[in-house]
Amino acid sequence: MRWFWFASPQTFFPLAGSIARWCAVGAALLAAAGLYVGFFVAPTDAQQGEAYRIIFIHVAAAWMSMLLYVVMAFWAAIGLAFNTRLSAMMASALAPTGALFTFIALWTGALWGRPTWGAYWVWDARLTSELILLFLYLGFMALQAAIDDPRRADRAGALLAIVGVVNVPIIYYSVQWWNTLHQGASVSLTRAPSMASTMLTGMLLMALAFWLYSIAASLARVRCIIKERE
Amino acid sequence: MKPRHKRLAVIALGLAALGVAAALVLNAFEQNLVFFFTPSQVAANEAPQGRTFRIGGMVQSGSVQRSGVEVRFLVTDTAKTIPVLYNGALPDLFREGKGVVAQGQLGPDGVFRAREVLAKHDENYMPPEAAEAVKRAQETADRMAKTLK
Repeated sequence: MRWFWFASPQTFFPLAGSIARWCAVGAALLAAAGLYVGFFVAPTDAQQGEAYRIIFIHVAAAWMSMLLYVVMAFWAAIGLAFNTRLSAMMASALAPTGALFTFIALWTGALWGRPTWGAYWVWDARLTSELILLFLYLGFMALQAAIDDPRRADRAGALLAIVGVVNVPIIYYSVQWWNTLHQGASVSLTRAPSMASTMLTGMLLMALAFWLYSIAASLARVRCIIKERE
Repeated sequence: MKPRHKRLAVIALGLAALGVAAALVLNAFEQNLVFFFTPSQVAANEAPQGRTFRIGGMVQSGSVQRSGVEVRFLVTDTAKTIPVLYNGALPDLFREGKGVVAQGQLGPDGVFRAREVLAKHDENYMPPEAAEAVKRAQETADRMAKTLK
């Protein structure tokens, strides 16, 4: 099968390089478009005024932080089950990008919370579970860094990544399961989005830009890991 | 069954067991993960007695009274209401008819003495013109309902 041909690090290396380049270009273009729509086209919010505009970075980063964890855990599980070298490398390559987006989500959330809620931080279920996600990413990276043999490091990291995946649905549904200070989801698969359409356009553009950035960054990182290990 | 399929099955089973365990733990935590209590819960004595806790609900329209830095307002969940007394600066988004979360203690006189007041906003974002249109439509609907009654 052609698919499995690329499962070998050597054949994947050049492919990853060209995908990463195209995705980086796409990410830059989409981010420019998204920020333009977010800052100049989208209207002022009736309640929050201009403060809501941080949503264009905050929500896209928070989505990415959860998605990347699931993808990381998926590759870690595949690597653990089938002993494939490249999957374990993908998991290691995704972790720093995921941690970055988690940090951005927490940071922009704090900056948004101060003017709207009146507090940088509260210990509600949404914020606390997102903070745990950051610790899971950092724990995964620290655990892998602490073990010298890469195969053993992969196995130990994979277990942590798989156990931690339980946290992702908790983050997502926290605002429905418990009463939290954090508002509910404006955009979901099951109902119409509760925001003006230009705002939604800006947010989706930013989300796409972050997707492409994540692909570019993790593939560039996996190339470094391949170089290091092979 | 090949060894790698066995490993996959073990991982899947482990994950399922972990999911069940997490669900049970969260279910047990249910009450303690609550960020705030609603006025109805307070009325039903579900809130901790004599300790600091948070109440959440809507600021009842027309209930905010300011005298100097002291603010009094009513928090409602449409079923029950709690009077709140607060000394200090309110967040920008503190509005009548909007969400609020207050941390403090319930006095024996039934007045909640807040030490911190946070605004809880909803997940709806719209331009001011749209908000104005929604408000007008709501008012028209209310007037119609009144006339028809």
